[in-house]
Amino acid sequence: MNTFQQLGRYALTSFQRLGRANLFLLVVLAGIPGLAMRVRLVVQQIFSVGVLSLVIIVVAGLFVGMVLGLQGYNILVDFGAEQSLGLMVAMSLVREMGPVVAALLFAGRAGSALTAEIGLMKATEQLSGMEMMAVDPLKRVVAPRFVAGVLSMPLLAAIFSAVGVMGGFFVGVGLLGVDAGAFWSQMQSGVDFHEDVMNGVIKSIAFGVVVTWIAVFEGYDAVPTSEGVSNATTRTVINSSLAVLGLNFVLTALMFG
Amino acid sequence: MTGTNNNLVEARGLTFQFGSRTIFDGIDLDLQRGKVTAIMGPSGTGKTTLLRLIGGQIRPTAGTIHVDGQNVPGLSRRDLFELRKRMGMLFQSGALLTDLSVFDNIAFPLREHSGLPETMVRDLVLMKLEAVGLRGAQRLMPGELSGGMARRVALARAIALDPMMIMYDEPFTGQDPISMGVLVKLIRDLNKVLGLTSIIVSHDVAEASAIADYIYVLSQGKVVGQGAPDELHNSDSEWVRQFMQGTPDGPVPFHYPAGDYAEELLSPGAGR
Repeated sequence: MNTFQQLGRYALTSFQRLGRANLFLLVVLAGIPGLAMRVRLVVQQIFSVGVLSLVIIVVAGLFVGMVLGLQGYNILVDFGAEQSLGLMVAMSLVREMGPVVAALLFAGRAGSALTAEIGLMKATEQLSGMEMMAVDPLKRVVAPRFVAGVLSMPLLAAIFSAVGVMGGFFVGVGLLGVDAGAFWSQMQSGVDFHEDVMNGVIKSIAFGVVVTWIAVFEGYDAVPTSEGVSNATTRTVINSSLAVLGLNFVLTALMFG
Repeated sequence: MTGTNNNLVEARGLTFQFGSRTIFDGIDLDLQRGKVTAIMGPSGTGKTTLLRLIGGQIRPTAGTIHVDGQNVPGLSRRDLFELRKRMGMLFQSGALLTDLSVFDNIAFPLREHSGLPETMVRDLVLMKLEAVGLRGAQRLMPGELSGGMARRVALARAIALDPMMIMYDEPFTGQDPISMGVLVKLIRDLNKVLGLTSIIVSHDVAEASAIADYIYVLSQGKVVGQGAPDELHNSDSEWVRQFMQGTPDGPVPFHYPAGDYAEELLSPGAGR
């Protein structure tokens, strides 16, 4: 009986949190039009959320592209189709790896930082302090960070894919001797702008919304102690990573199924 | 109502419950304009909660709180924010924005609300900083300030919009004697010079008695004593005297409720 009670309580608190998260998102969205007057706040946040994530995105993209080049070559060469390596690398990156891996890295780098920052502002009474100065922290603190995250994600995913293609090129053409002309021309004729590239961009926008939403909500909803903030940071990384992977399956099924 | 009434803050039948715990049980408070009122009581009596209720950050379970004639729990969000522009609050931690310098922290409410040109904001910030004696620290970041300096910066920020009242949350806790003296002087001077109404929440009896015109003593959700400082020191209530004089044992027992001492010592390992 006790197990059922616990299960019930767990379900109830989970749904309550989900409800709070949705209301929270509505209030944040309502605060976005006001940001038109204060573009500087958004630009600052794009720097700390997006630009500071660049290094990890570029390095990871390079390695993922190189591995794709290596594995792809080993498989394709058995069928004598190593000319298609460029197509394979670009297709995997643009459709799946770019948006998904970039979103996972973004959750780890920028999402956790957002949660920790907002959670600490709550724990040190900075958010209450703003409220008492008649400044709404949802508009002043959360909304610019949310917008910055949503704007940065597709750009980071695009950079990830571009660098990944370069990595595949270095390995395939530079190391393994695939013909450079074939590498690029197969890619050019095989990758469709609307079907492949744009669907990847739509995916990364969706991931940007989900990851940033989870990150700012967990920070704002954190228990205002050091333990509470660290728990919230962990939850951000876990929840947003799982959400990205699950959502990716749904989106892939809808787009390419 | 405004103007004719001599009380800036009036609470009637104020009740606040947190979960199943009753923090306030129908208390009445009158805080006079232009006076320094201290709210005192042991730790955990919800003194900070009272300030949050007055500031409208939380809503009472029952009762009314009128600030300058407006019932705070009944205000719309917009009206509440308008009212808050005329209230300053000094948090225990200072609550300075850690990513802004001292100067920008004090300029923050001015830039958000006043719409003044930057040159005038600068002059105002320098005046507020001079008032708390920290004009020389304007370029420092909050992390570089000592606890007492952070509280003075927060005080300068609280008076940036020239409010009608300031709420101080435990302003003396954790201060060395010198910064304590500085704060006591600042609170008293600001109250006089700016014609403010001040509310101080504290359990530092000596300091609060030194600056308060009127004191409320709260315990277990009730007002257990009120009056001018010397009246309270000679209160009829044994409880209030114990609190004001800080004696370790009295109506508030030294021991947390427990079973029989000898019995517990003699029962082998029962506690494990």
